[in-house]
Amino acid sequence: MNKLQLFTKGIVKENPIFVLLLGLCPTLATTTSAINGMSMGLATLFVLVLSNMAISAIAPRVPDKVHIPVYIVVIATFVTVLQFVMQAWTPVIYKTLGLFIPLIVVNCIVLGRAEAFANQNGIIDSALDGLGQGMGFTFSLTVLGLVREVLGSGSVFGLKFISGDGILAFVMAPGAFLCLGYLMVLFNKFLKK
Amino acid sequence: MEYFLIIISAIFVNNIMLAQFLGTCPFIGVSNKLSTATGMSGAVTFVITLATLVTWLINKYLLITFHLEFLQTIAFILVIAALVQVVEIVLKKISPALYQALGIYLPLITTNCAVLGVAINVVTKEFSFGGGPAHLLNLPETIVYAFATALGYGLAMILFAGLREHLELNDVPKAFRGVPIAFITVGILALAFMGFSGIV
Repeated sequence: MNKLQLFTKGIVKENPIFVLLLGLCPTLATTTSAINGMSMGLATLFVLVLSNMAISAIAPRVPDKVHIPVYIVVIATFVTVLQFVMQAWTPVIYKTLGLFIPLIVVNCIVLGRAEAFANQNGIIDSALDGLGQGMGFTFSLTVLGLVREVLGSGSVFGLKFISGDGILAFVMAPGAFLCLGYLMVLFNKFLKK
Repeated sequence: MEYFLIIISAIFVNNIMLAQFLGTCPFIGVSNKLSTATGMSGAVTFVITLATLVTWLINKYLLITFHLEFLQTIAFILVIAALVQVVEIVLKKISPALYQALGIYLPLITTNCAVLGVAINVVTKEFSFGGGPAHLLNLPETIVYAFATALGYGLAMILFAGLREHLELNDVPKAFRGVPIAFITVGILALAFMGFSGIV
């Protein structure tokens, strides 16, 4: 597998949301608008790349019995770093995403990539894999956020194109499930082979 | 009265699954059958209540006392992982029957974000019930809130498992089969739960 494939497989073929069904909680909760979805995706991408690199570097020295707790601590450390960075530079987004930033620790994508890829591959390959998966995740969240924003508040990336409100249910909980369900149907129909 | 409001709010109005989206992966994963859904709800209720109690105490008497609040995420996830292990060992010893019933679901719970979510929520978020002033929960309120939240998760999961068993028998179009139709069903269930908003 060449380097480009490592990077691109996360976007369609092994898309974390639509194919692997990982990390669904932040996907549903933070996609009230395209911007929020994208920020959540980028935050996860940050943790994913760094933890993949760190884990691929330490994996050969970690005893097999304790590898899950060790990985979780590594991931939790990068999440804490991310919390500091976001508090300092993007306090508004940090507040909007709220609980779901610390919850990146238990996002199955991050631990999943550590288990399935990073612990048996080199640092650069792991970084590319993290980048690809992170991009696939960000892409899915942005699309879902965009659909919900268009239907729910009648705007695109914060720019309103109708006066008044949209269909409010779409920015609330039921809309998240419905939109994700229908997007999965479209994905199955047209992209998954 | 206030405890009653906490319970109603946590189970119906702010249902952890249908309104707050915590714990989606196991929700979709184990809700194929009613019996597994019931087992998982039992295990989750047990762990959420215990984990929230322990992390609340750790936060108050360790992290805040020594000004280590920034370690919250790391400390909480370690506590939860350790706790799940301990619960597993203790249950195996004192109640093999319960261990048999919950056994396979216990290790899965470490990565259920509902557990970490509730633990972080109760120490960072200010709650207000029935128009009262917003405040951080004290210990008895925390326990009631955690327990009720977990019951709400169980309720959603058991309801959904019941629906999904019927769904199996229907002729669903190919692209909708499996997870997509499950999500659309949860969406309708969430729509029904929206009817509860505003009662507390």
